[in-house]
Amino acid sequence: MTQHVSPPRDGTGKAAPVDGPPPAWRTLTARADVRTLSLLGVLAVLVLIGGITQPDAFLDTRNLQLVLTQASVIGVVTVGVTFVIMSGGIDLSVGAIVALSSVWATTVATQEYGFLGILFTAVVVGVGCGLVNGVLIAYGAMVPFIATLAMLASARGLALQITDGQTQVVTVSSVLDLGERDSYVLGIPPLVLVFAAVTVIGWLVLNRTTFGRRTVAVGGNPEAARLAGIDVRRQRLYLYLLSGLCCGIAAFLLIVLAGSGQNTNGNLYELDAIAAAIIGGTLLSGGRGTIVGSVLGVLIFTTITNIFALNNLQSDVQQIAKGAIIVAAVLVQRRTASTH
Amino acid sequence: MTKLTSRRGMLFGAAAVSAGAVLAGCTSNDPDSGDDKAADTQPAADDKPGKQVTIGYAGPQADHGWLNAINDNAKKRAEKYSDVTLEVTEGSNDTAQQIGQIETLINKKVDVLVILPADGKALTQVGLKAMNAGIPVVNLDRVFNSPQAYRCWVGGDNYRMGLNAGHYIGERLKDKSGARVIELSGPDNLELTQERTKGFDDALKNYSNIKKVARQAADFTVESGQSKMAQLLQAQSQFDALWNHDDDQGVGALRAIEQAGRDDFVMVGGAGALSAFQAIKADSGVLKATVLYPPTMAASAIDLARALGQGKGVGGLAEYEIPSSVTCYSAVVDKDNVDQYMSTGFK
Repeated sequence: MTQHVSPPRDGTGKAAPVDGPPPAWRTLTARADVRTLSLLGVLAVLVLIGGITQPDAFLDTRNLQLVLTQASVIGVVTVGVTFVIMSGGIDLSVGAIVALSSVWATTVATQEYGFLGILFTAVVVGVGCGLVNGVLIAYGAMVPFIATLAMLASARGLALQITDGQTQVVTVSSVLDLGERDSYVLGIPPLVLVFAAVTVIGWLVLNRTTFGRRTVAVGGNPEAARLAGIDVRRQRLYLYLLSGLCCGIAAFLLIVLAGSGQNTNGNLYELDAIAAAIIGGTLLSGGRGTIVGSVLGVLIFTTITNIFALNNLQSDVQQIAKGAIIVAAVLVQRRTASTH
Repeated sequence: MTKLTSRRGMLFGAAAVSAGAVLAGCTSNDPDSGDDKAADTQPAADDKPGKQVTIGYAGPQADHGWLNAINDNAKKRAEKYSDVTLEVTEGSNDTAQQIGQIETLINKKVDVLVILPADGKALTQVGLKAMNAGIPVVNLDRVFNSPQAYRCWVGGDNYRMGLNAGHYIGERLKDKSGARVIELSGPDNLELTQERTKGFDDALKNYSNIKKVARQAADFTVESGQSKMAQLLQAQSQFDALWNHDDDQGVGALRAIEQAGRDDFVMVGGAGALSAFQAIKADSGVLKATVLYPPTMAASAIDLARALGQGKGVGGLAEYEIPSSVTCYSAVVDKDNVDQYMSTGFK
């Protein structure tokens, strides 16, 4: 899991020459590893707590399937958001895009086209919203915060207009079957397979392609990236398209999971995704981040929710503890990273 | 009169006199007796067209099924009466916007206002303003801070939802020793959730053999219902009954139950969605009943507003005036009476 993500940066945040001294590379690689290890440590502690408090219910194959399934939808969204944040941007509209995609894909008219109709609509609506975000930000020179905030408002509004506030129950059995135990592949739920595939592809794109290196360069220092010959605007457009695509896929997973589309879907996903990326080590100002870290962040949150529910703790305690764990995770990471 | 007779004596005296009056009223069968005009001569509102009434209606944005049904119920009821004109504002969840809309209705001089506030406390002032302008206000469901701000309140009974759900489950499980019950509630930050849970717990106290073993809060969405229910099912490998506060999140909860392949318990829902009614009627799954939070209360609010506008009382009651408060009953709908409620189910 070596992470060749971060370009060398000096203290002022400017990109160092690409042919910089090897020791800097090595240190940074090691630091990324320490971050990942500390996240794994947090996860291990959580598993320990879960195993001690609820040995039967927690340490159970069905529970592992449950946690991973619950992590799938937000996990796919987080992979997209990680790319955007790494490029120095932000996408506040992911939850609203998931809502809009999921309701557009579950209208009576769309359901007549069956499985592929629902899948196609969810993905196209997601990409479409991403396109609008991307054009506004890259070519309309709008601040990402504002552009995606506007998208958040209008996508939620449109979702409400489409559903008229009603819950759209899915009747296409091939879609519903995908969420049943019968369609598990070697004990792995199909939703989890999609999540795993998105994670692996995301990792490859970020670490093994020019696209990934350009993303990091744009986030680290857009001006330097432009001087290095990268079309920064086009790169930004692609990144918001990517985030929209992830939202579309997540919306389809959510339709399978919940068996319905509702305008309240994806509530506060933007915050969950950003929080997972941040505790995963992604720098909010851009230029640094890892897919593995973000996915671990998502798994940590989902595991916490699971442990709380299994121990029948109420939502007030859950929220307090969640906040505390975000702070603790970031502090632990910073400490281990700096003392290394 | 001695000091001893003083106030208490007078009170007893007054009580005796009024008791006598009540008894006389109850035993009197003579239609010609002079003092029973209350029940018989006061015109009660009925379906016959009367004086024209313009009712202003301001509700929140219908962002979920129940609120949508509320708006529908109000509009359909108003269409039923040839003597009612309904002025409907565009629904808004923004307090400032809703205040503006209501002020517009006041300026238009509508005869009566029906208001379902986005936030009861925040809209109290504008309710007062309408009342001071001589426009009676029917406050629907979310109550204003002060009774001065409305002429009549009509709404649901969250505590009794819990109570009736608890009693229904209690009666089904009363012969089972060591019965285990779980609760899937609405969002904990809402007062109504606390009331529903309180009612549920109070009802279960009547059955010493039943224990509530787990409770998790969802947030009225399908997604949260699925997620929280999946966790509850994992946590509780065996239980006998489940009460879910809300049928919207129940769609997700039922999905989780189906995904886990569980059918070893009885489920009771809440609110009264069409999908829940259909499942209860089909009787093929765990959902056996649901406790109403009836959206028909909006239709009743229009009835009350019309009666207020025409200066009439309510049919079937002896009162000259319409009541200042009407609390709708949270009926339990199961297989036996579901047909009767089917048309009130919301999507």
